[in-house]
Amino acid sequence: MLREEIKALLSESRERGWVMEPQAKEILSFSGMDVTEFMWCRDAGEAVHFADKIGYPVVVKVVSPDIIHKSDVSGVALGVADEKALMKVFTEMSTIKGFSGVLVEETLKGMELIAGMKMDQQFGPVILLGMGGTAVEIYKDVAIRMAPLREGDIDSMVKSIKAHPLLEGYRGAPPISMNALKRMLLAFSGLAMEFDGAVDSIDLNPVICNETRCIVADARIMLAKQ
Amino acid sequence: MDLKRLFKPETMAVFGVSQNNDSHPANVIYNKNHLRYQVSAFAVNGKGGAINGETVYAKIQDIPKRIDLAVIATKAEIVPMVIAECIEAGVGGAVIISGGFAETGLIDLQNRVVSMAREADFPFIGPNCLGVYAPPLLDTFFIPSERIIRPEQGRVAMVSQSGGILVDHMLKCASEGVGLSLAVSIGNKALIRETDLLQYFRDDPGTDVITFYLEGFDENEGRRFVLAASECGKPVVVLKSGKTSSGANAVKSHTASMAGNYEVFSSVMAQYGVVEATDEYELVTFAESLSCYKKTIEGKMGIITSSGGHGALATDTCFFHGLQVPALSTETRTTLCDAVSPAIQKIASFTNPVDLTGSSTDDDFVAAARLLSKNDAVDCIMMLLLPYQPGITMDLGARISLVHQQEGKPIIAYVPHVDKYSMLIEGFMLNKIPVAHSVEDAVHMAEAMRRYKAC
Repeated sequence: MLREEIKALLSESRERGWVMEPQAKEILSFSGMDVTEFMWCRDAGEAVHFADKIGYPVVVKVVSPDIIHKSDVSGVALGVADEKALMKVFTEMSTIKGFSGVLVEETLKGMELIAGMKMDQQFGPVILLGMGGTAVEIYKDVAIRMAPLREGDIDSMVKSIKAHPLLEGYRGAPPISMNALKRMLLAFSGLAMEFDGAVDSIDLNPVICNETRCIVADARIMLAKQ
Repeated sequence: MDLKRLFKPETMAVFGVSQNNDSHPANVIYNKNHLRYQVSAFAVNGKGGAINGETVYAKIQDIPKRIDLAVIATKAEIVPMVIAECIEAGVGGAVIISGGFAETGLIDLQNRVVSMAREADFPFIGPNCLGVYAPPLLDTFFIPSERIIRPEQGRVAMVSQSGGILVDHMLKCASEGVGLSLAVSIGNKALIRETDLLQYFRDDPGTDVITFYLEGFDENEGRRFVLAASECGKPVVVLKSGKTSSGANAVKSHTASMAGNYEVFSSVMAQYGVVEATDEYELVTFAESLSCYKKTIEGKMGIITSSGGHGALATDTCFFHGLQVPALSTETRTTLCDAVSPAIQKIASFTNPVDLTGSSTDDDFVAAARLLSKNDAVDCIMMLLLPYQPGITMDLGARISLVHQQEGKPIIAYVPHVDKYSMLIEGFMLNKIPVAHSVEDAVHMAEAMRRYKAC
């Protein structure tokens, strides 16, 4: 059974067919997943104020009901270092189609992973885990399992990713927290089961994993056709 | 639904037997079962009459015995009428050979038959299929007896959506010496589907391994299938067609694009310990291996050979199939060296692969197999045997099998498959040690055990 709070967040997006990042993150956070500290800022003043609060550098992303893939329209700015740079980015992004403000969020360090969910016709909800970023579809270094995930499934998913040595502390780099990754994926798998057909697919890309946390830095929820 | 009377019938009625066309499928089926199988076969045709001196019954009710299985090879449009007759007569189930249903667009006709059957709890296989091959009991394939290649009776069940593929797999089983408990072609699988058969074979004491040739699942059917497979306690092997999809939909999410239908299928099968074969040779090899050993191995191979080349090839192939060939400890190497005949102690190599050289004898192979069977560094032994070498006799198969029976560790043999060496091969196979006809095939046998997840 889909919880009422989540149902309400989904229904706001019903007509558009997909859930914008701020609401998507709210759903994830509500389900017990760690998401980046962010604020949806409608004007530049609000953005500067929030950036001052969380500290530079910040990440700035466009919010627009017309834009599904933000990077394709220069709608993502990383490492925005100060107020001047933030103002410039804001002005540039405000010309993007459907502009409804920007997300300002903390900059996190760690490995970039992708976690995804798809409603498969033959197997129902399935979960995907792999190396993240914008080039995921080139490397396709991913593992897929049927939800709900069992703990053993998560271990085997991590092992079957070719780049898994990078996650385990490659050449002196610190390993990512497997416990945090497990918690994140189990919560995600639970949510996937809860959606029960209401959602077609989800991309959490990137999920930033470091020694202590696994934080969803961007999320896109595609709703099922009614 | 109870499939026992359908698959293990004492009596069979064949509908659609023709008075004037001896090559009609119904005639082929009636004749072969009447003449050569244990089931009592009766011919049925609305017109009545006689065929080869035997009565053709006009109605199923006219047959003096209660009928367990109806084989229906009539025109599609009269199938609902025949099914109604069967249900009324208390028949145990049917095989609908006839085509002309959903596959030609007549979905309503098919649905009508399904709803009648479902209401009466009456199981049927098909339509549009070859049906059931279960020697020495029955065979509903409309292939004349002299044309079909018959595998021996054994413990592997085969289920196939395609009749043609099934007959082809049976041919490969026959040539590899893999015996079948039952083969079923399910055609349009309108009522009885893969998961129903999985449940039947789970409970069938005559079946050890269940294999499927799959084309596709309905909505959520894949989920039910893997969950049933993972709980069935017997190895399940699948071969899938339709791996490539044409005209992919406009995809908006990375996940939907990377988790295509086949990627999901393959991953989920592995997740639940269903062993996926990539072609028909692997399917038969996997079935052979898992019918001998229903266990999971980590895949630490101990290779014993008399030819360095074969050992090297096997090592490479193991590596590419996710198997390891671990190094042996100095202590193990010394023990091995002490155990073999003095003539080869200086020339043999006791690393892994253990190369006993062309001067080795049966005793050396038995000694090496026994020592590796007791050694925890390896969990499966591969014997690469070249019977043209003078020190090897035809007795070695049975002797090595005894080592397995005593020590319990899986052993896989490679012996070139030629008639001359059949006694050596039989020495293994009669004792349930799988014998591969190529080094690659032997590696596949081990790979099947690595991928199978025993409950």
